[in-house]
Amino acid sequence: MKLKSIAAGVALSLGASVISISAIAAETIKVGVLHSLSGTMAISETTLKDTVLMMVEEQNKKGGLLGKQLEAVVVDPASNWPLFAEKTRELLTKEEVDVIFGCWTSVSRKSALPVLEELNGLMFYPVQYEGEESSKNVFYTGAAPNQQAIPAVDYLANDLGVERWVLAGTDYVYPRTTNKILEAYLKAKGVAAEDIMINYTPFGHSDWQSIVSDIKKFGGEGKKTAVVSTINGDANVPFYKELGNQGISSEDIPVVAFSVGEEELSGLDTTPLVGHLAAWNYFQSVENDANAAFIKQWKAFTSEERVTNDPMEATYIGFNMWANAVTKAGTTDVDAVEQAMIGQETPNLTGGMAVMNKNHHLSKPVLIGEIQDDGQLEVVWETDGVVAGDAWSDFLPGSKDLISDWTSPIKCGNYNTVTKECSGSK
Amino acid sequence: MRRLFATLCCYVAASLTSVYANEPIEVDADPATVAAVSSPPLSATTVETEEPVSVAGLLTNLTEVKLSKALPVLKQLETLGGLDMLPMFKGMLEGDLYFVKASKEVVIISTVDGELTAQGVLSKKQLADVSKSQLKKIRVNNKLRGFLKQAIARLHISHPDADKRLAAVQALLTHLSDDTIATLTAARVNEADEDVQAMIDLALALYQADSKDSAERLIAVNIMADSLESDARNKLVKLAENDTDTQVKVAAAKALKQINEKIEFYGFIDQLFFGLSLGSVLLLAAIGLAITFGVMGVINMAHGEMIMLGAYTTYVVQLMMPNAIEYSLWVAIPLAFVVSGCVGILIERGVIRHLHGRPLETLLATFGISLILQQLVRTVFSPLNRQVASPEWMSGSLEINPILSLTLNRLYILAFALLVFGLLLIILRKTSLGLNVRAVSQNRDMAKAMGIRTDWVDAMTFGLGSGIAGIAGVALSQLTNVGPNLGQAYIIDSFMVVVFGGVGNLWGTLVAAFSLGIANKFLEPVTGAVLASIFVLIFIILFIQKRPKGLFPQKGRAAE
Repeated sequence: MKLKSIAAGVALSLGASVISISAIAAETIKVGVLHSLSGTMAISETTLKDTVLMMVEEQNKKGGLLGKQLEAVVVDPASNWPLFAEKTRELLTKEEVDVIFGCWTSVSRKSALPVLEELNGLMFYPVQYEGEESSKNVFYTGAAPNQQAIPAVDYLANDLGVERWVLAGTDYVYPRTTNKILEAYLKAKGVAAEDIMINYTPFGHSDWQSIVSDIKKFGGEGKKTAVVSTINGDANVPFYKELGNQGISSEDIPVVAFSVGEEELSGLDTTPLVGHLAAWNYFQSVENDANAAFIKQWKAFTSEERVTNDPMEATYIGFNMWANAVTKAGTTDVDAVEQAMIGQETPNLTGGMAVMNKNHHLSKPVLIGEIQDDGQLEVVWETDGVVAGDAWSDFLPGSKDLISDWTSPIKCGNYNTVTKECSGSK
Repeated sequence: MRRLFATLCCYVAASLTSVYANEPIEVDADPATVAAVSSPPLSATTVETEEPVSVAGLLTNLTEVKLSKALPVLKQLETLGGLDMLPMFKGMLEGDLYFVKASKEVVIISTVDGELTAQGVLSKKQLADVSKSQLKKIRVNNKLRGFLKQAIARLHISHPDADKRLAAVQALLTHLSDDTIATLTAARVNEADEDVQAMIDLALALYQADSKDSAERLIAVNIMADSLESDARNKLVKLAENDTDTQVKVAAAKALKQINEKIEFYGFIDQLFFGLSLGSVLLLAAIGLAITFGVMGVINMAHGEMIMLGAYTTYVVQLMMPNAIEYSLWVAIPLAFVVSGCVGILIERGVIRHLHGRPLETLLATFGISLILQQLVRTVFSPLNRQVASPEWMSGSLEINPILSLTLNRLYILAFALLVFGLLLIILRKTSLGLNVRAVSQNRDMAKAMGIRTDWVDAMTFGLGSGIAGIAGVALSQLTNVGPNLGQAYIIDSFMVVVFGGVGNLWGTLVAAFSLGIANKFLEPVTGAVLASIFVLIFIILFIQKRPKGLFPQKGRAAE
């Protein structure tokens, strides 16, 4: 008899738990994570996957969203650009996720974009990029060129008195577009063509002798010279090493990099890099309570020696904004959330407020940091307030008349202010 | 009135500091110190407080001020402290300047035998058991570093070592102020070293070039004409363009022409060196392959991974001996040879032996092995690049003149590549192993009939080729990133060099490596790095069409 009642109790509780599980399964909000966990980009992107997982866990502790728990769906596009499109389709049709956090390289974003627009998905893209894009289905929480490259050049020209410029980059779309914008900007400021040197190298370039020697020659002609580096990935290590070996120090020819952050510097011999600069919208070394809490949370979630970096902050802001927008809209429906996103404000980690603008880009502060020997960056300059992200550069002939505005009545990603026409994505 | 007070303070402070209390001030010792001590503080206006300024006070100040406000403090320290600030400035420049959190005492830290020691800047005493947690770093930025370098140079003008004096004057060339010129003029009188004399003369000439007197400018131009320093050249450019006096203008233009000719000449040598250096890297990477592919005829796609294993061996050796990085390479070279050699023998015995005479299968099998080895390294060491430190003696450059300097690491690797090549040549020519290898590669059946154990010879040859690839890995770890993909970056280049040079010919490999390196480096300034390597590749494709057996084809009966 007793046994029977126990059995019944067990059966009952089992049944209850099954019901509760299925209830949760039906009632979760699915968050897709589209970051490479293998291949060349895994080094950088795995960090962002962990960040999203940490944010999801945090949000669930606070009781989830709209009374539902969040559920992360992680896929691995394996640094394979066409696979980003397939995985996006899988997330949107098979998994039916409500939002995607993902992509790092511009080429992967361009690959996922048509699928997002076709299936009306929603993606948050957290990395600094070359601009010249604005989609209804993407929110760009990383820096546009006017939030990283242009202020960095202004700092070099105004504070360090730089008159000659070396634009060095890896040979692909982000450096090429950024350098095109910078070249146009510098020329508009009155820099002569012979004072600008542009150089491209392949991915993973390791023999920097002649390029560094050219930079040295270029910089030895009496005018203060700086290198604006869009060199990506591990090619940076031999580059800085060669600078050191040829006796170029950061006081002679400073290098300001857009792709070197805390994550890249950790586990690297920083001696040849000390004193060189990096431009970002966030540094781990920025001191305030929100950042300290974020770092503490991150180290507890991963391990003590891990560092935080700018794309992580962009993911953090994007996630919080999305959570607020869903709460405001009262639904996870893409069109409703998209409209609720515009105008959202949430604290960033540098002590200010991040604002989502009509063009799906954020307003952010711009910081210039000097690389220290412990792999951290010490802020040496920052913009007075926040800078609004500009999707279409004002310095390129093809895009200077274009704006992006996703509020009515324009509702267009590339609205031409001269012809008053929307050409393309709506 | 205020200035007078400041000067007074300066004297009082100087005599109060413990350093000066210990040793009497020798008035005729060196002009720099005297000049520094007797000149009033540069920024007396920035210190608003009424208390007298002392070195100790300034040091405490340095621990408190913001980075952007530290420059005036340093300037005062230079004027007040003079030569005694030299160790502190150097420490600060190196990032070794800290202060004790509790007492605010400024210390210079150094690590001796893995132990942290801290020495007080003022007390010059070692602090008893300090740990890093008790200290806080005094941060520096580029502005401060620039100032520190200049200050160190100013203080070094009277250094007993002539090389230090030379470097000091050279560092001062770009920022010549009236004060510096006065110090330099005074130093010139007592200067005995000819090079330093010439450098000071150049500095004075640079200053004179701005003189209002055209005769003085002309003299300055003549002095600057003999110099290759970029400061002198820039000054000459300005004079040649804008000078009001035609005589000066013409002289400057003539001097400039001479200098430019020299620059062109040295630029050529520079590029030649870059080419040789790239060639030496190619040679190192390809020479092992020249044996396994060239002599044995095995297409070994895992050759790049042998290089990678050598590089990782260097990393492991450095992990084992963190306090003796200087000697780590000498340990790593034989070890890398053994590690890669053993792996090579294993591959030969385990796989390649069974695929003898089936090149396509060998190619696929070794390609598979290369993937396995890469994944193995990823699993054991992580997919991230590993950091291999460069010993002190391999960093920096050999400065021949102001426009031509050869980087030391490249120079050593060039010599090393030639050494390895020579050794390999001796092994193949003079040892019995070499004799056997050549016999087997020329006619396997006949060699077997003569009683040579061809199996054993095959294994040894493959081991030798792989071992040399391992040594190449040690050298490459000094130039490039050590990661799982290291080998892939070099495998194509290696095959290119061996095929271009002529299969089975070591001298061909040498010539091919250097000519490809030089061609690449001379193309690069014209076409850019990306196009240069494409052009080289196209050239080789065309060349192989014309001469399928490479630069130095094998002749006679050995050739099939």
